[in-house]
Amino acid sequence: METIWFWLVAFMITMYVVLDGFDLGAGIVHPWVARSESERRLVLRSIGPVWDGNEVWLLAAGGTLYFAFPVLYASSFSGFYLPLIIVLWLLILRGIAIEFRNQLDSPTWAPFWDVVFSFASLLLAVFYGAAIGNVVRGVPLDGNGYFFEPLWTDFRLGRETGILDWYTILVGLTAFLTLTLHGALWVALKTEEPIQLRARRIASRVWWAVALFTLLITIVTFRVQPHVPARLAERPWGYLFAALALAGLLLVRWFLTQRDDLRAFLSSCAYIIGMLLSVAFGLYPLVLPASTNPAYSLTVENAKAADYGLRIGLVWWIIGMILVTAYFIYTYRHFAGKVRLEDEGGY
Amino acid sequence: MADALTVHRLHFAFTVTYHYLFPQLTMGLALLIVILKTLALRRNDEHYHRAARFWAKIFAINFALGVVTGIPMEFQFGTNWAAFSRVAGGVIGQTLAMEGVFSFFLESTFLGLFLFGERRLGPRGHWFAAFMVFLGSWLSGYLIIATDAWMQHPVGYEVGPSGEILLSSFWSLILNPWAIWQYLHNMNGAVITACFVMASVGAFYLLSRKHELYGRTFVRLAVTVGVVAVILQLFPFGDAQGRMVARHQPVTLAAMEGLFETQEGAPIAILGQPDVEKKRLDNPLLIPRMLSFLTHRRWMAEVKGLDQFPKENWPDNIPLLYYSYHVMVGLGTIFIAIMVVAAWKLRKGTLFDSRGMLWVLMLSLPFPYIANTAGWITAEVGRQPWVIYGLMRTAEGISPQVSAGNAWFTLIGFMGMYTVLSILFLFLIYRVIERGPEPGIATPSH
Repeated sequence: METIWFWLVAFMITMYVVLDGFDLGAGIVHPWVARSESERRLVLRSIGPVWDGNEVWLLAAGGTLYFAFPVLYASSFSGFYLPLIIVLWLLILRGIAIEFRNQLDSPTWAPFWDVVFSFASLLLAVFYGAAIGNVVRGVPLDGNGYFFEPLWTDFRLGRETGILDWYTILVGLTAFLTLTLHGALWVALKTEEPIQLRARRIASRVWWAVALFTLLITIVTFRVQPHVPARLAERPWGYLFAALALAGLLLVRWFLTQRDDLRAFLSSCAYIIGMLLSVAFGLYPLVLPASTNPAYSLTVENAKAADYGLRIGLVWWIIGMILVTAYFIYTYRHFAGKVRLEDEGGY
Repeated sequence: MADALTVHRLHFAFTVTYHYLFPQLTMGLALLIVILKTLALRRNDEHYHRAARFWAKIFAINFALGVVTGIPMEFQFGTNWAAFSRVAGGVIGQTLAMEGVFSFFLESTFLGLFLFGERRLGPRGHWFAAFMVFLGSWLSGYLIIATDAWMQHPVGYEVGPSGEILLSSFWSLILNPWAIWQYLHNMNGAVITACFVMASVGAFYLLSRKHELYGRTFVRLAVTVGVVAVILQLFPFGDAQGRMVARHQPVTLAAMEGLFETQEGAPIAILGQPDVEKKRLDNPLLIPRMLSFLTHRRWMAEVKGLDQFPKENWPDNIPLLYYSYHVMVGLGTIFIAIMVVAAWKLRKGTLFDSRGMLWVLMLSLPFPYIANTAGWITAEVGRQPWVIYGLMRTAEGISPQVSAGNAWFTLIGFMGMYTVLSILFLFLIYRVIERGPEPGIATPSH
């Protein structure tokens, strides 16, 4: 039962990164792809009706993590106290920037919120990457299952790690580049020339950086967290996830040269899914490795809630997900196609 | 440790109090917007569509603030209340996760359609989107209330071998009797806020002689719904909620009422200042035997005072509890007076010319917010010293590794950020009201 929930939570986090990832990425590339006021509105318009729904995956994943693995929730959220609260502040600023930007026609109002929007999107991407880096690297858990990490210590790996060290910064940069690519592909898909061309150009340049960093963190991760290569050696079929990521990455390049924005974007989704599931596979059954003493690590077994709750949860979770799938298909169909300013009907 | 506890409590109290300023309007307003859309559809009248669009703008700004200030609430269970989450996450995580899966997706999907899709959806489709936004926000309300109700009156659980609390009955958790009354009381409170806000804006238009047609629609709808809501809030909802407290948290009832000594035929205090050290109520203005009647439906019934309970189980801030409860009840009584008079004048057809009454309606805007906030303070301070009533003390629930200094840092950050949000909010809402429901023919853009 706990294994099922491990994968369901991994699925929800992956959905969050794939979906909110493109609107975060759109935020990152926003100042570069859109130059005039109307172009900027157009790019925002491409995420306007969907970004809030995408962000709900974060809340739903958080809630699911809470009830399925309460020990993990308690330990990781209090241990990552400062970065999580900073993420909350960034989410607040970003949400407000998107919603308030078009409330006022003024030469000072919109540009201010555009900067807030891009900056918050960028920092969120880095923080999410650093968060994954922390979970993979492990944290200084004590015997009671708690830890506390300051934002940084000496930027080295070791016993007294901070949230940011060279490894987690590296993962943070990878996340930033990945979401930049992802967002640029989304913007190219949803807009027409000249924004589309600029977005494609950014995507094809950033692609090389993404490829380089992917290679780099793969090599480094195998050294930083020996559990990952050990697990892959034990179950080589786990390389399938890595293969999915690699195929996705190569196909992004291929479809970019073909000018097929939709398939390029979907390939980028495949790349992200492959990367995140590789991480999940590589860690299982650990959910939070301890850097202090391997015996203190949190696993699906010692972090899970009682079986009765997990069984009941499965029933409503499946019903809920069927509904959610229906909503998302409907919304994305309803708002499908290129965005144009003339069919603005919002308030 | 005591220091960290205080900061963590302030942290949650501040962020949740601020957050709830927005949902209490949007949940109530969602209902009023559905009524406006229904009137528009039934009468095929563009006037009501415009009225609905105007309130949708106010709704959208409030909803955005409700969402961004709501995300920190779920996270704080883990960040600041880790020990509590670890023990109770298997239970309250259920309702919180269900809120995400069932109501947030529903709300965000249909809010997008409601705000962006009026033209493409057509009038019926747009009515449906409005209705689904209403449904989603009221479902969300239920799941949050069920979470709080479990902390007030835990049901359907077992205590596991290492002290963790395990869910043993899903349906007991969902159908907790406490949750049902608290939900009705709370949601009706949200409707009252929305009615007073709508009446206030309508009265403002009528008094300033602009958008008068809309002013009349707003006041008429708000007073019609409002008069029902304020009466229901007293009876049965408030009454039932109070009796729930009397049955399951008698020490809280005694503290709320400032009843230090057990009495037969206990009076109810209208005014008075509790002196906890001397265990008495100063300058009391009492209605004899009323409390006995309200709690037990018998004039001479015995009501337990604080003297019947060990001091370590008394709520730890009795004056705050006493005053917040009295503010809520006092304002609720005034609301009944205002709405009944307004409804009577509306029926007679003199309300729109009665400048005095319109002034009262316009100026009453802040009071339902105060009443709802005071009600929640009553519920949450009344639950102290427990985080889960009778099972876990609040002091045991905080994150053991998060120092007071770190909690202060983030509390100050939230205070600064929310101050900025408040200024932006007031500015934007003022602009929407100032421009009114017909800001030119051109559709304003998002």
